[in-house]
Amino acid sequence: MRWLGLVLIAALGGILVWGASDLPRRGDPGSPAAVHDSVSVYYIRNAYEETRTPNIVTAVLADYRSFDTFGESVVVMVAALSCVLILLRPRRPAGDDGGDA
Amino acid sequence: MTSCFESVFLQTVARGTVPFLQVFAFYVITHGHYSPGGGFQGGVMLAASIILLRITFGEDSFRRFPESAGLMLAGVGALCFAVLGFAPLLSGGSFLEYARTFFWMEAPEARYWGILLAEVFIGFLVWGALVAIYDALATGGGE
Repeated sequence: MRWLGLVLIAALGGILVWGASDLPRRGDPGSPAAVHDSVSVYYIRNAYEETRTPNIVTAVLADYRSFDTFGESVVVMVAALSCVLILLRPRRPAGDDGGDA
Repeated sequence: MTSCFESVFLQTVARGTVPFLQVFAFYVITHGHYSPGGGFQGGVMLAASIILLRITFGEDSFRRFPESAGLMLAGVGALCFAVLGFAPLLSGGSFLEYARTFFWMEAPEARYWGILLAEVFIGFLVWGALVAIYDALATGGGE
């Protein structure tokens, strides 16, 4: 069983490295995200006219990709909620250890 | 929290630092349109100011910022953001389509104000969430 886990992790890691090796180099002008009529060129050209926001990063974060930001902020809230729920257990009366302590 | 650093120096410095930290945090949140920054960064700075109070003043800081306020702020922030997101759906728009939420404005201006509102809600959410995590870790089981 331990070997199965090791093999699975190695296989998944190998797939990850294989996939990452196919990514375009950083700053590559010919990458799919940077050629003309792609989204990044659209944002650079139109972000100011469409949102009156000089900072393109903010325009993308909170307008074009705001559903992503919404999910991110809900993740932050759920993290805090689970921290509180896990760490702040209600106090039990003395002598009752709840059976799972 | 059971213990804190009872030091006149730390408390004096914290008393002087916290207001400026909070004002700068609100500047970072609202100035995200023009400079690096935004809700996440400003919220972290607001949380840092509260955690500084928690460390230096201990129990006294709960009078200014009660333990329940953290989760409440986080929940209110998430709820307001969700309302901002779902409101356009009522009039047939798409999720977080600010131009439909603020239908009386021109589209670019509506999106400007929508971005600002979203940043403010994210700021409150991160602020409350980080303080709640700190309180849960520091009090360690509700002592």
